[in-house]
Amino acid sequence: MIKNLDRTEIGLLIALPILIIIAFILPKWLVNYVHVSMGTGLVALGVMIQMRAGLVSFGQGLYFCVGGYAAGMMAKFYGITDFFVLLAVGILAALVLSALLGFLLRRYREIFFAMLSLALSMILFGMLSSVEELGSTDGFNLPTASYLGWSPTGETAQLTLYTLTCIIAIGCAIALNRFLKSPIGYINEAIRENELRVEYLGTSAHKAVHITYVLAAVVSAIGGVLWALPLGHVDPEMTNWTTSGQFVFVSILSGTGNIIAPMIGTFLLEIVRVYAVEISPNTWQMILGTVMLLTIIFLPKGLWSLITRKKKATRDDGASAPIAGE
Amino acid sequence: MLTAVAIAVDGLGFAAWLFLSSVGLTLIYGVMRILNMAHGGFYALGAYSSAWAIGLYTATGSTVAFTFLLIPLAALIAGVIAGLVVERGILRFMYGRDEVLMVLVTYAIFLILEDATKLIWGTDSYVAWQPAFYFGTVEVFGIPYTVYKFLIIGTAIAVGLALFYALNRTRIGKLLLVVIEDREISGALGINVTLFFTATFVLGAVLGALGGAITAPEISVSPGIGAEIIVLSFAVIVIGGMGSIGGAMLGALIVGFARAASVHLYPPAELFSIYLVMAAVLAVKPYGLFALAESRKI
Repeated sequence: MIKNLDRTEIGLLIALPILIIIAFILPKWLVNYVHVSMGTGLVALGVMIQMRAGLVSFGQGLYFCVGGYAAGMMAKFYGITDFFVLLAVGILAALVLSALLGFLLRRYREIFFAMLSLALSMILFGMLSSVEELGSTDGFNLPTASYLGWSPTGETAQLTLYTLTCIIAIGCAIALNRFLKSPIGYINEAIRENELRVEYLGTSAHKAVHITYVLAAVVSAIGGVLWALPLGHVDPEMTNWTTSGQFVFVSILSGTGNIIAPMIGTFLLEIVRVYAVEISPNTWQMILGTVMLLTIIFLPKGLWSLITRKKKATRDDGASAPIAGE
Repeated sequence: MLTAVAIAVDGLGFAAWLFLSSVGLTLIYGVMRILNMAHGGFYALGAYSSAWAIGLYTATGSTVAFTFLLIPLAALIAGVIAGLVVERGILRFMYGRDEVLMVLVTYAIFLILEDATKLIWGTDSYVAWQPAFYFGTVEVFGIPYTVYKFLIIGTAIAVGLALFYALNRTRIGKLLLVVIEDREISGALGINVTLFFTATFVLGAVLGALGGAITAPEISVSPGIGAEIIVLSFAVIVIGGMGSIGGAMLGALIVGFARAASVHLYPPAELFSIYLVMAAVLAVKPYGLFALAESRKI
């Protein structure tokens, strides 16, 4: 079994127990950031796998929001609090919506893809902001989740949710790593290089883009549910384009080289944000922008390329580094 | 009937504002192939500097009439400085890179400009209503409108005509069209392409700032207006076809009337009617209404 795993996957599997154990060791506020950034990290992953195909989604917040709201509405209107049902509803909503919108979006590339995905996410933003029943711009609160009839409270509830989030996030990361190494994953890289040639070789670029889009949507929706449950709140800001911009930021900063990179990148960003906002709230975006510019200019493949570059220098196989989670 | 008149006038008003705010964006894209997200930053800079200048000026108690000079002046100064700094300082090192990458670069610049605006003018809102009511109001079929609104509509038409004339009837404009057609050949023919790029970018920035400056008296200028205008102007220029000034005009009219119609007929739809129109147009004409067909490169 172990033989079938590559370095990244082994790294992720090693990271899983470590992640769960730190919940008992590290201070609570830090664990909270780890928890929340696993949700947003999954959305960044969704942006990243599309970036592999050369598609920059400036509207990934759409599915982040769809996941969170679908789960939230299930709890709000039907009183269902079961974690697994809420997660399934979030996934289903994103699956249906993205499968439909995919027929439209798969025809677009480059900036048109970016613009149209942005427009679609802003449609949802506008709709949610004006629906009174869903709390307009304030959003609404989610209840504490229950698990197959077991409804823990207080500390136990948090730890259960955290553990499940870890397992699901790591599971998604491994699945996406597999996807990147699957035929469609490689076709995506070819599409980024030259789409027309891909079609001459007898593969449908539209189909590959469609599948990637749906997959990214589902992962983002899972991220949305996993993000909304610990916070206990959803609001339309989730699908505002500035939120989507931050997911793009993380993917650029960490690079598309490895599936672990966006996860770590999200966590670091979350930590940096907490301090930056406290120390100088009015220069926070300026720091973000400067870092992003410097990354694009000096590290076009993202921070992760620093790690792989060092690896290549010492060992010649060029494989991605087996660095464990945090 | 009243609603129809209200939709028509409000639609024109929105359209004028949208055209002024987005024409610089489409100009820059047409010439430089850069989808400039920092445009929202220029808009905010223009709005802030105009509101701030008007505030300072009216505090002295002098006649309000001169504020109409202050507005374009503020836009000019803010646009030229910001445009020059961004183009000379950052963008010129990035020419020839991928279009998508340029979106990300200008997004980073947008983030920096957002905070630069906050650092200069703080996070309070600025209200500079004096010019908006200086000429009083007129009644159109019994509905009162400020004369200022019609002034904006007039400015938008004038800017559109001036750009059209400059591009198609003057020597510089024709040279610019050559640069758009083929960068390398025009460089080889002795046209200073770098200068045209810088000039276009600065002009685009000034137009963006003018959009903000001229709107400032009608709104409360506060943080976040840049992020709002950027998606609106994207919708406008994408509908018309990116890089086309006529397209931007048509796009502004479509978006303006869509918004005015939803405001008067079904207010909850105001926020998303614009993007709905955009998505609908793109579903039928993927590259906008006025875009030219481009051959795919192997």
